[in-house]
Amino acid sequence: MSTEPRTRFALLSRILHWLMAAMLLTMLFIGVSMVASLGDYHRLIAIHRPLGISILILAAIRLTNRWFTTLPPFPPTMSRWEQLAASSSEKLLYTLMFVLPLVGWGMLSAGHYPIVMFGSMHLPPILPAHPMLYAGLRKAHTILAFLLFATFLAHLSAVLFHTLIVRDRLLDRMALWPVRFRKSERQG
Amino acid sequence: MTTRLSRGSALARLAAIGVVLAGIVGLFAYAGGWLSPRLLSPASMIDTFQKVNGLYPGFRRNHAKGVCVTGYFESNGRGVELSRAAVFPARRVPVIGRFALSGGQPYVADAPHTVRSLAILFKLPDGEEWRTAMINIPVFPVSTAQAFHDELLASASDPATGKPDPARMNAFLAGHPETARAMQFIRNHPVSSGFDNSTYNGLNAFLFISARGAVSPVRWSMVPLQPFEPIGTADPGIGDKNYLFDALIASIHRRPLQWRLIVTVGQPGDSTKDARIPWPPDRRQIDVGTLTIDHVESEDTSPARDINFDPLVLPDGMAASDDPLLSARSAAYSQSFTRREGERKEPSAISAAEAGR
Repeated sequence: MSTEPRTRFALLSRILHWLMAAMLLTMLFIGVSMVASLGDYHRLIAIHRPLGISILILAAIRLTNRWFTTLPPFPPTMSRWEQLAASSSEKLLYTLMFVLPLVGWGMLSAGHYPIVMFGSMHLPPILPAHPMLYAGLRKAHTILAFLLFATFLAHLSAVLFHTLIVRDRLLDRMALWPVRFRKSERQG
Repeated sequence: MTTRLSRGSALARLAAIGVVLAGIVGLFAYAGGWLSPRLLSPASMIDTFQKVNGLYPGFRRNHAKGVCVTGYFESNGRGVELSRAAVFPARRVPVIGRFALSGGQPYVADAPHTVRSLAILFKLPDGEEWRTAMINIPVFPVSTAQAFHDELLASASDPATGKPDPARMNAFLAGHPETARAMQFIRNHPVSSGFDNSTYNGLNAFLFISARGAVSPVRWSMVPLQPFEPIGTADPGIGDKNYLFDALIASIHRRPLQWRLIVTVGQPGDSTKDARIPWPPDRRQIDVGTLTIDHVESEDTSPARDINFDPLVLPDGMAASDDPLLSARSAAYSQSFTRREGERKEPSAISAAEAGR
């Protein structure tokens, strides 16, 4: 590849995207496993807390990066409503990347728990201890996590549909791996 | 644009997408335990507690009847040798805690042989916490969550007779000979007259990690400075359902109560994963400090009501051992906590007036 086509996301954006994707998927699977597990609960929750805070930090980095980079335009194969759905789901995903860790942090604060990261490192509470507040946030944490999983599935389905059936190389926009561009496309 | 796909290959690719999505959803469902509903989970464990005890909204699903206390722990510095935890350098740290009776019935009458518990939260200087929940029996009757669950069902009252069915318990014990031995050991252990002169044992093994990184297996106990008195032969509970709690309250009002925190150090070969097996009596024991309880309060007014005494809330310098009960306790306590915190609170059996008397 002699020239980087402008149809791709910036390299940093692509790296952040896949890093976040891996962390969110890991987090969703850890979360859903740990609440059902007696034997591995402790090990899993010990990862869940610091990983959640890492996601919150990474979300802030991504949002900052998002403000300072120009996005590639949507491919012409996407209809108006598809573009609308894509931008709305992107907004929803960004919102959840912030809200889920914050709800988790707030929930532990309201539940009178220390917010242990690792070793003696821990975070301060962000809400006062209160039983009903804890219970509400605990429920919200689950509902929002399912919403995140559903949004991820929709996002994945749309990308796979475009890439495999419409064959408009939508996935290449986010690819970290080398992508071959056809002559006709480079010229077009 | 590339050439259009034929109808057949478009359908095949659509099916492939469907398989990928179904695979991810299937894995998620598997991870969440929905594909194995018979497997014991934190939720089914707490469901069993509710089935055996009845449902009392707002209360802990186990150790439901209790009273809250505050005081302080004065460390003598001797624990530093084993653990770098911020609780062990010679200093005084505030504590909040709770005395309770085992079982999920918050209004049950006090009885001398009901297992008594003491839960303590040590508030360490830099915001760290150490939480521990201990009981007054010398070993735990079971070593796994499944056995705990099965024993709970085996010892439940038969709705027809109102009493546990001995045949079910015998069947359980036949399958768990080490539990039968542990129960014999518990029966032979003298029970004290009240909460104030009971020894409370952590039972599960933990790991202490020193500043140099040395790891020692430990168990701990709170040993009372109040002199031991055996339980009376006559039933003192007649006419007072809360006689054990009332005696504790009166005792704290007379003078602060004290316990020594004794850490027992295990040696290679001592089981850290089976809470049924006592360690040999000649193991090294270190007195690391003194707990003083000088204030008692009803659950109705104390913040301790809304604290989960999760045994795995540990400061740096302490860690879980390979005892499977620890993770299971942490998970089940969390489930019980989440359920009760969202429920309307009923008044405690030990009212504020009773605790303040």
